[in-house]
Formats: sequence, structure tokens, C-alpha cells
Amino acid sequence: MSKKIKCVVWDLDNTIWEGILSEDKEVRLKPGIENVIKTLDERGILQSVASKNDYNNAINKLEEFGISEYFLYPQISWNPKADSIKSIAEAINIGTDTLAFVDDQITEREEVSFSYPEVLTIDALRYMEICDMDELTPNYITEDSKKRRLMYKSDMVRKNEESEFRGSSEEFLATLDMHLTISNVKPEDLKRVEELTIRTHQLNSTGYTYSFEELEGFISSEKHIFLIAELKDRFGEYGKIGLVLLEKEDDKLSIKLLLMSCRVMTKGIGSAMLVHIINIAKAQNRGLFAEFLQTDRNRVMYITYKFMGFDEFHEEGDKLLLKYESEIKREFPTYLNVKLDD
Amino acid sequence: MEEYKEKIREFLKKNKKIDILEDDDNLFAKGYVNSIFALQLINFLEKTFKIKFNNKDIVESNFVSVNKITETIIKTMNK
Repeated sequence: MSKKIKCVVWDLDNTIWEGILSEDKEVRLKPGIENVIKTLDERGILQSVASKNDYNNAINKLEEFGISEYFLYPQISWNPKADSIKSIAEAINIGTDTLAFVDDQITEREEVSFSYPEVLTIDALRYMEICDMDELTPNYITEDSKKRRLMYKSDMVRKNEESEFRGSSEEFLATLDMHLTISNVKPEDLKRVEELTIRTHQLNSTGYTYSFEELEGFISSEKHIFLIAELKDRFGEYGKIGLVLLEKEDDKLSIKLLLMSCRVMTKGIGSAMLVHIINIAKAQNRGLFAEFLQTDRNRVMYITYKFMGFDEFHEEGDKLLLKYESEIKREFPTYLNVKLDD
Repeated sequence: MEEYKEKIREFLKKNKKIDILEDDDNLFAKGYVNSIFALQLINFLEKTFKIKFNNKDIVESNFVSVNKITETIIKTMNK
């Protein structure tokens, strides 16, 4: 299976439109390009711009064409495009290996490839083929994927407000009026569940993936507890952003999977889910363990576990077994309204 | 060593509004610190002092006070 692309970064001159904005009297959208952009958007693939142009002129032109809303964090400047690629990946908080870059100039594509060989570069000549490419065809399109761009847009507003907020990060979180709902996974959630297991790398304790049938099996399994978390705040919905798979064995409860979308990083969702899991283990009188598979990306999850009272119990290469050993009473963060559903 | 402590205190003050703090005060017991803050703190320390904590050293007890944090930094630097 080829790696799925999460964000397409477009050049403008002679890529999205025909002509060079700063030189030609008139530029025109390439025929059919609007459809390509809209189709990707509906698939939940994010889009941005990396163009060497005057910022205001280029944005005005995109607005005139009625397509500016589709692009998150557009990078329009005279900086090298590799820098723009890096800025976009950081702003959206995704790995550069999930980016595609479309440009008509081979020198630009090579400059990006030189710094980020993992970026999929596409010659602008092939723009009509983009929607047929396997890397740009998600296995499923879920409710969450259709809303993805809007969710990122509200995140831009949120971040902006946070950067202007004077106070501690918890005080800011308290102003968000966050509502977290944790419920059992239902059959209608399964596509999103699979999407989360495939897309999530940073905030993922093991990175285990399961077939659709296996996931379906966990719902009815007596041995498993399978939970999904949904978050919203006053800026809007984050959608279904968290997943937990617990396995019961004798008097033990093991966390096989704990993951969250990177959009909720630094919101304390991981700790909140762990509080809930700790409570379950306590109520069932089971010892609590967590499997952890170290990658170069998921250290944040490791630190979260360690500061929630988990400690190394067994180590085998990159695979750790952590055990919860703490008598401290853990509570949900005060800034978070938590609702537990059946 | 004193400059490390100063940087840590500055960070605590800026992010937690903890003003009066003894170097041995327990940050966790006083409810100043939770796991979000632990992440921010570790991120800050690793960037500021250009270190990377060992997995084994990432435990609450190593970050429990300004003094403890300073010890952990020095220990990591000397490795």
C-alpha cells in the first residue's frame, strides 16, 4: 500500500494558473484545476501554497478566483520552497512524509526533494491525474475527513487567540470550554477508527494497526474494552480524535492502543483518557499495564505515561511494558468537561 | 548551577505564575504540575540546555522541585 498524502502544497504560477502573476497582464486558472482542488478537499486532504510571489497580490488573485479558502497557511514569499514546505508541515503539525508538492519547475521540485526526499513531488503538467493517484485516494472518506479543513481553520483561530492570551496555558485551556465525550466504539465509528489508527503517529503509544474485521471484533469481544473520544470547544468541533483499546487477561488490564489526533496536542486529552482508564482498572480491581512501542515520533506519549504514574516493568528492544504503580488519586483536568457515554 | 535554577524559576514564573518558590518546594504536591506541564517543562529544558533526557530519568521524582530538576539536568549533561 502506498503512503497516503495528508496535504498537497501547490505552486501558483504556471501550476494553478497559466501565466506569471508578476509579469503577465492576465493569468487564468488552468482548466479543470478547481475541480481537482475541490475533490481533494472533499476527500479530507488538506491543501496549501508555496509560491514565490508578492503575498498580497497572490492572495488577492486566489480570492478573485474564489479558491483562497481551500489553502491553509499559504507560504507566499521569496524564500526557498523547502523552507515553505517545512513551515507548512510544522503549522499543520504533520510529518513531511505525508506531503505532496506540485510545481511546474523541475528546479523547485528538486530543491524540495534535496531537503525532503520523503515529499512526493508532482510535475504540474500532471495535475489532472492527481485525483487518480493512489497516494491521494484515501481508503475511506469519513464525516471527520469531510470536515477536516474547517477543523484546521478553527484551529488557526484558536492558535491565534492563544498566542495573544496573557496567562498560563491552563488558564487559556479553561477559556476554551472543552467538552470531551468518551464512549464505546460503535459499528458506525469503525471507518474513523481505522483512519485514526493509520493516520496517527505522534500521539500513538504502539502504532498497532488492525484489519477492519479485527476492529469490528473488538466491539463485541468480552475480552476487550474499546473506546473512542470526541472533543469540541467554543471554536467548534475537533471530531472523533481519540482511541483506546484495552485487553483483559486474568487480573490484568493492558492498554494495547492509546492514540490521539495531533490536532489535540497540548490539550491534556491523553492524561484525561488515562485517568478514565485508571478508574476502570481500579473499579475492576485489575493491575494496569500499557504496551509501548517506541518510535522516533511518539516520545510525547511516553512522557505522558511516565508523568501519569506508569513505569517500566519489562523491556524488549523498542517494546516496553509499562505498569501503573501509583497511589495518587488522579482526576480529570479541571478545564475539561468529561462525559462518559455507554 | 545558580543560572540553571534562575532559568527554571523564570520558566515556572512565566508559565505557571509561580512567584515565590523555594528551591525544594514540591511542584507536584502543590498542584502546580500536571502532565501537560510536564511535557512543556521537558521540552523547555531540553531546548534550553541542549540535552536529551534518558528515558529512565523521565520520572516524576526527577522533576519534583527546582533543586531536583537542576540535579537531573547536570546528571544528563555529564553522561
